[in-house]
This record gives sequence, C-alpha cells and structure tokens, in this order.
Amino acid sequence: MPTKNKTEPLVLVVDDFADAREMYGEYLKFCGFRVAEAQNGVEAIDKAKRLKPDLILMDLSMPVVDGWEATRRLKADSTTKGIPVVALTGHAMTGHSESAKSAGCDLVITKPCLPHDLIKEIKKVIGGSGAVAKQKRAPA
Amino acid sequence: MAMARESVAVAARSTVSAEAKLALLEELQRCADIASAAQSTAEWLVTHAGAERTIVAAADHSRGRLAGIAGAGVSTRQYKKLAFSLDEPDHPLVNALTNGSSFSFHRPTDARIPLFGDSGFTSVKVGGGGEDPALGLILICPAVEGPPSNVKWAADALSRSLQRVSMLPVGPVEGDPRLRREHALLFNIINAATDPILFTNMEGQLIIANARAEMLFTAPDDVSEGRRRAVQLNNMFFSAALSRTALGEGEAGRRELLLVDPTEGSDLLFELLSTAVSDPREGTGVVSILRNITDLRQATRQIDENYARLRTAEAEVRAERDRLNLLIDSVADPIIVTDQEGEISLMNNPAGRLFTVVSGSGEDAQRIVRANDAHFTSFVSGLLSTGWETTRRGEIALMDPNTGKQVPVEALAAKMLSEVGELTAIVTILHDRTEAIERNDLYEQLKLASEELEGKVRAATAELANQNELLRRQALELEQASAAKSQFLANVSHELRTPLNAILGYAAMTLQGVSGELSAPQRRNLSRIDANARHLLTLINEILDITRIEAGRMPIQVVAFNLAELVREVTTELEPIIAKSGLEVVSRIGDLPIMRTDRQKVKQILVNLLSNALKFTPKGSITIRAQVQGKHTITVAVIDTGIGIPQADHVKIFEDFRQVDSTPRRAYGGTGLGLSICRRLTTMLRGTLKLESRLAHGSTFTLTLPTTLKK
Repeated sequence: MPTKNKTEPLVLVVDDFADAREMYGEYLKFCGFRVAEAQNGVEAIDKAKRLKPDLILMDLSMPVVDGWEATRRLKADSTTKGIPVVALTGHAMTGHSESAKSAGCDLVITKPCLPHDLIKEIKKVIGGSGAVAKQKRAPA
Repeated sequence: MAMARESVAVAARSTVSAEAKLALLEELQRCADIASAAQSTAEWLVTHAGAERTIVAAADHSRGRLAGIAGAGVSTRQYKKLAFSLDEPDHPLVNALTNGSSFSFHRPTDARIPLFGDSGFTSVKVGGGGEDPALGLILICPAVEGPPSNVKWAADALSRSLQRVSMLPVGPVEGDPRLRREHALLFNIINAATDPILFTNMEGQLIIANARAEMLFTAPDDVSEGRRRAVQLNNMFFSAALSRTALGEGEAGRRELLLVDPTEGSDLLFELLSTAVSDPREGTGVVSILRNITDLRQATRQIDENYARLRTAEAEVRAERDRLNLLIDSVADPIIVTDQEGEISLMNNPAGRLFTVVSGSGEDAQRIVRANDAHFTSFVSGLLSTGWETTRRGEIALMDPNTGKQVPVEALAAKMLSEVGELTAIVTILHDRTEAIERNDLYEQLKLASEELEGKVRAATAELANQNELLRRQALELEQASAAKSQFLANVSHELRTPLNAILGYAAMTLQGVSGELSAPQRRNLSRIDANARHLLTLINEILDITRIEAGRMPIQVVAFNLAELVREVTTELEPIIAKSGLEVVSRIGDLPIMRTDRQKVKQILVNLLSNALKFTPKGSITIRAQVQGKHTITVAVIDTGIGIPQADHVKIFEDFRQVDSTPRRAYGGTGLGLSICRRLTTMLRGTLKLESRLAHGSTFTLTLPTTLKK
C-alpha cells in the first residue's frame, strides 16, 4: 500500500453506486492519491467545503441532489469554485456532456472508463500542480 | 271713288258664273220682243257683270236712226234721250256702230254724248258680224279695262235673241194676243226643260235650241279657244249621232251620246231621243231631247265596282278559311272548336282520333270515345258557365280509342268573342303530356340514381378521411413507439454500462496486481473475463450508435481537417492490433485538399474498415489509398489480401448484425454491426461506400466523400 502523505492530492469520489465508488477509490489510493468519498450531491458539497479536495470525481445521475446541481452549487460558492470537477456519466447520449459542462464541470468522461484511463485524465486536469503519486505500472 | 268702283267691277267681271250666263240665256229665250230682251240684258249686266249703269241702243237702219230702248241704273227718260241720226258720220257712237267691236270713252267731252255725266263708258256692238249691219250698241259705265268679254258675251246673246225675235211670225202674233201668249208660253216651256232640246231640219241645221242646248252647242265670238273647241266637238258628235238615227241605226232612235261640258271641261253622258216632226211650214225636222245620264252611269259603275270588290273579298275569305283548315289539320296537337252551346263544330285530324268512332270499331273504342267526350264536355262547360273567364287551363285524362292507352293531356281553352263581345266559339287545344310525364319519371329516376351515387361518393370520402385519420394516428403512434424504443435502448445501455464499468474496472485492477500477484491460471481466466466484457461493451456501444443515428440524435459537426493526418491517427490508434497481426499496413496518400466534413465520423468509418481488414486478413498486406477524384470528391480505399466476400453476400454484409458466417461457432469475432454503422454514417456525410471482392482474393472497400459537406 502506498504511504499517505499530506502533500498527496486529495480526490473526492462522488457516486451513489458503491461498487464503482470504492473501485475508483481503491485504484486512486493504489496510485498514490488521497481519497475521500461521498454518496450524493449534498454530502459531496459538505465534504468539498470541509476537506477542500484537489479534484472532485462526480457521477451525474444520483439521488437527493444530482451531479449537475451539486456542481452548480460548488461552482457558485467562492470557497469551492476553484476545485476542478471531472464528471462521469453512463449516458452516452449527446446532451448529457453539454449540460454537464454548462453546469461547470471541467471534464466529462463517459462510462465505462477503466481505472487506468481515469487516472490519466485526472493527471491531465491536475497537471503539474499536485505531487504525482508513484505508479506501479501501466495495465497490459 | 270712280277708280275704286271700277276695280271692283273688273274683279266681279271675271267671276261671272256659268249659272248666271245660263240664267241670262233662259231669260232671253222667254223674251218675245226686242225691248224686253234689251232690258233683260241691261239688268243682267248690272247684276252680274259689274256695271253701274247700262244703256242698250237699237239701230233702225231702215229709218237711219239709233235710239236707246232699254237701261239699267238709269232712268227711262235718260236712255230715251239717246236718239240720233246714223247719218252723222263723225258722231262717236255712229263710229262705234260701224267700226270695231268695242270702244272705251274716258272722260268724254263731246257734248253729243252726255250720257253718264262726265264718267267714262265702254260701248260694245250688238251683232253686225261680216256683211250684216250692227243691230245696236250696249253702253256700259264705268268703262271696262281690257277686252270686255262678259259684255261681249251678253251682246252676242242679245244679238241671237234679237235675230230670233225678228224671225217670229209678226203678223198673226201681233194680230192675235192670245196666240202670241200661247207662243210665248210654249217657248218658255221648252226653255224651262232641264234637258237640252233641239230642233234641226233635215239638213241637220239647228233651227231651235233651248237654253240648255245653247250652252252645249253654241259659242259666242269671244269665248276661249278650249270652249270653242268643246262646242265644235259637241256639234260633231251630235250631228253624227243624229245622222245614225236618220239612217235608222239604233233602237227606236235611242242612243247614248258623250259630250263635253264647255264650261267645266268634264265628260257628260246623254241619252239621245230623236223624233222626226213634220211641220207644214218648215217642212220635216228632227226634235232631239238629250237626257243627262252621267250620274246614272257613274252610279251603275260604282255598283259594278262594289260588286266586284265583294266577290274578291268573298274569295279571299274562302282562301283564308282553307288556309286555316290546312293549318289546323297540320298541327299535331288535337284542336277542337265548340259553339256557344258546347257542341263540337270543328276538329282537326288528331282530335278526330280521340273523339270519333271509326266505323267497324269495337265496343271498347265506342265506350272510350264516349268517355273522352264526357271529360271534354265537362271541361269546356266549366268555361261556358263562367262569364268573366276567357281562357281555361286544365288536365284531362283521355284514352286512345285505338290502343286503349291512357293519354293524359293538358287542355287550353279560349273563348272567341265577336266585336260586340258576344261568345261565338270556344277553341280548345290539347297537348299530349305522355312524353313529358315519361321524361319527368326518367328525370326522377336519374335524380335518385345521382343522389345514390353522390351518397356513395360521400361515404367513400368519409371512409377515406377516416382511414387517413387512422393512418395519421398510426404514424404518430409509430413515431412515439420509435421514440420510446430509442429511449428504452438508451436507458438499457446506461443500465448495462454501470455494472459493466465495475466488471471491466475490477478485472483490469486485479490483472494490474492491485490486489496482489496472480497465479498463471488466475491471470488467464481473468483475461477471458476482461475480453468478453470488452466485447460486450463494443456491442452496447454499436447498438447505441445505431439507435442514435436512427433517432436523429447524432449531430454532424463540420470541421476543416487534413485527411492524411487523420489516416495516420487511425493507424497509430490501431498500432497494437496491427503489431499483433503481423501484417504490413501501407498508406498511399496523394495530394489532398483540406476536407470540410465531420472528422469524428470519417474517423469512425476508417477505424471500422481497417479493423475489419485486420480481422479478416490472415496474411499479406493492407493498403490505405486516398486520392482526389474529380473536383469536389475524394476516395479512400482500404484494400486487403484477406479471405474475401462471395458476390452473393455483397449486399448482405451491410445489413444489421450480419457477418458472412452467422453461425454461433464462427471463426471471427465482432458484432456484425460495424459495416451497418459505416453505411449509415457515409449516408449522413453524403458519400458512398462500395465493395469489390472475390472469395480468397481479398476485399476493397472504397469510401467516396464530398470534400466539403454542405448542410
């Protein structure tokens, strides 16, 4: 297991489907990221304000407050609007991607997305700003 | 004053009528002596010829004296004063008696003729033509302007009268006053007769003529040429007629004689009755009486003319009636004329067929004729019974006696009135309505049929509208169903992705060694899970693509790009597969213009085609050739040396879920949706996708696209 360090980037994974949430969380930790999790929009906003993550991985279709609404509120709040939001959606129909971008998402990724590919996209968004966790190896 | 009076006299003189002249002649005929004849003439001149004063003087040549014997407008003493010897050769009146016929004395200054004071006068000679000495003078005051024709006429008349008087037997007459009276009476009787009476001697010379006869057969010297000629003609005609009578022609001396009225110029027709008279002193002569039958002849002619006219009119009426009969008979409609009693007086042939019984016809025909007659009589009597109605129209149900068929007729009856408004006849025209009724029936049938047809058309139209509405609803439902299907597929795809995402994720993570090192069999099995999950994902993606295209939810985004670059990108992306296949992949790209179309879709097509080529080529090579074709088109061909596709399957492979081998144990993977999607995308880009292939000889897929996609 990689050692956790305060300087490692913190990713808030928001998804109501536990299998997906825990899968990405596990892989991110494996790749050297710190990980926080939220099951819905309300929890996501709460944790974002509290933990100030370096990036939020946001599923769009969720109960209570969905990804679109949560992103809008985060981007409307001065304390959280600087946090990049990467949206994940199972809907491949055009329209979902546009509406997510207009809600304030910085990047929209369509499911299914392999953990390995996701890390690549996340690293692109964070860029050189955060310390990049050491990776074991690329998938075959 | 004298001048004015004179002009009146001139005017009056010219208008002396024939009746006035006749009156003088009659008067003179009655005179038995010189003095009374002279007095009559003097008075006539004052009364009719415009003279104021007149003196008549007679010449007694045996005693050589001229003396006044009569006067008018003057006293007896005054005209008796006129007496002088004819031996005074330079006396103006002696001169007037011997020379010329008339003289006018204007303002006479000679003391020997102080007759009318100092007023002017005219003297006209009486008698004295040729060898004979003048019988006397007529002096007339005032003097006459121009030729004194009326005075001359009077002078002539007087002259003849004086000659006649002098011829009368003087002795016994003078000796026996009774005989003289008788003689005068006889003469007056002859003169009073309105018919001209003449006595001629056997030589045809006129001995005695009454006044009427003188008018016709004598002309004084001064009369107009026309009148003289008329008198001559009359004498000729009379002599001729008389000689024929003398020769014994004609019956009982009765004949017609056409003469000319000398004063009027008109024709006069006379009947001439001549009788021979023997006189012991004068010998045998002829007495002729002329009876004016001009008016009688005219009346006869008038009667003849009227009679002829009557005959003509009668003939015309007959012709008119014949024409009318012909007309009535030629009319096809029955026409019947009834008298004021309602009895039929005339009918034409068509009417005869309805109302008369043909001899030898049966009982039925007779019954029908009787019935027809009854119907008709009741119709006409309806008109007869009303005084004010002049026409009547109605329908009568008759029957044809020959066929027994119904003959419905329309009858029009009209009263014929005389000039005084009395009813003379009723004319009825019957019009056969059988045809009209049949036509009407036919029309009704047609109308019914037409209405029925119209109803059917209406029903059909309504049915059609119904069907249309149904179709429209069905189309709407289909559209809704299609949209629902698309939505369903989208939802299914999403629901499938979520678990698939987890399967793929965990498989990849585990293979990556996130959960620790794996044994070889574990790795092999996990790899199979991963491979099948990826295939499943491809399937889901392709189904989603087709759904999106069909739902019209795959928008076109036109961008400018370099095709050579895109081909490189595609080969780079598929590099891992190419490397694994061990095939040679060659790109032959010519000079290409910048493309303006949907780059993403072109890429998807090329990836698909190249993937297929790699999949179905066991050995050999794959060539990607891109070139310009024409001005606005490019072609990209993917040529392989693979297994090829039999000709029979060239169409099939573009269908959904098709591979040449569709058995479950087929040799090649893939969903079979790839080419189907390519075909749809190519169509969206307004291009074509063609296949050339032979089994075992490889395949060539050629994509042809417009360089610029116009929306």
